Amino acid sequence: MNEHTVKSYEEELALLDKKIAQMGGLAEQLLGQSLGALERRDPKLAEEVVQSDRAIDNLEREIEEQVISMIARRQPMADDLRHIMGALRITTDLERIGDLAKNIAKRALAIADESHPKPLMSGIRHMVELALEQLKEVLDAYSERDADKALAVWRNDAQIDAMYNSLFRELLTYMMEDPRNIGISTHLLFGAKNVERVGDHTTNIAETVHFLVRGFNIADDRPKDDQTSSTLISGNR
Amino acid sequence: MLKMPTLDVQSSPVDARTETKVVAQDVNVFYGAKQALQSVSVNIPDRAVMAFIGPSGCGKSTFLRCINRMNDTIPIAKVTGKIIIDNQDIYDPSLDVVQLRARVGMVFQKPNPFPKSIFENVAYGPRIHGLCHSKADLDDVVQSSLEKAGLWKEVKDRLDEPGTGLSGGQQQRLCIARAIAVNPEVILMDEPCSALDPIATARIEELIDELRKNYCIIIVTHSMQQAARVSQRTAFFHLGELVEEGVTSEIFTSPKQKRTQDYITGRFG
Repeated sequence: MNEHTVKSYEEELALLDKKIAQMGGLAEQLLGQSLGALERRDPKLAEEVVQSDRAIDNLEREIEEQVISMIARRQPMADDLRHIMGALRITTDLERIGDLAKNIAKRALAIADESHPKPLMSGIRHMVELALEQLKEVLDAYSERDADKALAVWRNDAQIDAMYNSLFRELLTYMMEDPRNIGISTHLLFGAKNVERVGDHTTNIAETVHFLVRGFNIADDRPKDDQTSSTLISGNR
Repeated sequence: MLKMPTLDVQSSPVDARTETKVVAQDVNVFYGAKQALQSVSVNIPDRAVMAFIGPSGCGKSTFLRCINRMNDTIPIAKVTGKIIIDNQDIYDPSLDVVQLRARVGMVFQKPNPFPKSIFENVAYGPRIHGLCHSKADLDDVVQSSLEKAGLWKEVKDRLDEPGTGLSGGQQQRLCIARAIAVNPEVILMDEPCSALDPIATARIEELIDELRKNYCIIIVTHSMQQAARVSQRTAFFHLGELVEEGVTSEIFTSPKQKRTQDYITGRFG
């Protein structure tokens, strides 16, 4: 790709990518820390996550302002337009991921004093690990402008959905065994749902990267595997 | 989940609604030994605006001037290939060029009203082409042309004043009224807004949008934003070649050719 005749335009686009990378790194860090807080019942770490979410929010505002100013001054066209609009969309998704991580950390605070059922915790850990890997891949796809990589991330989200479905069933069973488990199970269920949502935002980013690189949308419908909205445990009583 | 707008060439209103008005086949233009246009072939739709963009000297104005044989007026210019308007080859030797230029009107970069009254500026064409048989007819044509050009309200009480006394934007609209007075089918515009301020430009753009319901409009512009705003199809010229032609929204969001991409994003050099 040739450089723009106007040098400062080039610099602004590079700055946009730098900020997105920074924001993506922070989102990854927060999600990882929120898992740590949950697993190790570490209220201090949870508090830290809640605090550092602000940094993500600030970056989002900075990127938004820069995008608006670039549209007003440069009237971007073609790949530049897709780049700038893509950055704006990605920044929104990353900010949401930060919020979801913060929410997991808050739940970690709420259940810090209760005993955690081991198999359920490892279920959540696997989900977070996969979500983190997906997030890392999609951020790489963005910085490398790799549409195929983005497409792979997009397809892979079904795995997170499947994990969430099975965790959902396990948690229901656990609650039915003993009503005293309902409190912690509900928090864990929401935690898992948050991770599943992180997966959806990652998928959004993958779609944006694909559009940004290729100039058209991913054609086929993504396999949706989250069946929990229609699941009920019945016939056990 | 939000979706990006889908760019679908097939479902574009331009393709669905309109027929082809002008067909260019393998058009070459030489100025003496220098070839200014190389084998340009393109279909131009009726009742739509097509924009020609490209850097200075790319051949877009040269091609525009082929469509009403304005290049005939340059002695060293030679045109080969075919330009067909409604199944008629306009370079056919038996064709009356004066009639052709009534069918294919032109508006230039700088407003160029005749040094006559506002009324006479518009009435001149219909009169010499014998389109009006009475004074009342002529009055009607002048009024409706000025109305279509969005100028009537501003000038109806001073039709006897010289056209050159109007503001630049008004003069340009007067020239458009003059062009449409002879009932053309195609209107060529060569950078019609480059000498106008933003408000006058907006008026002309609004007018172009209005006129495209009835005419085939071809506009050469250096403002890419203007091309994006007013046209349904865009053609990009570079070094005498037609590099890419397509639906405007697609050209400006996902052009297929790298040269188009480099030009519209400001990367040429």
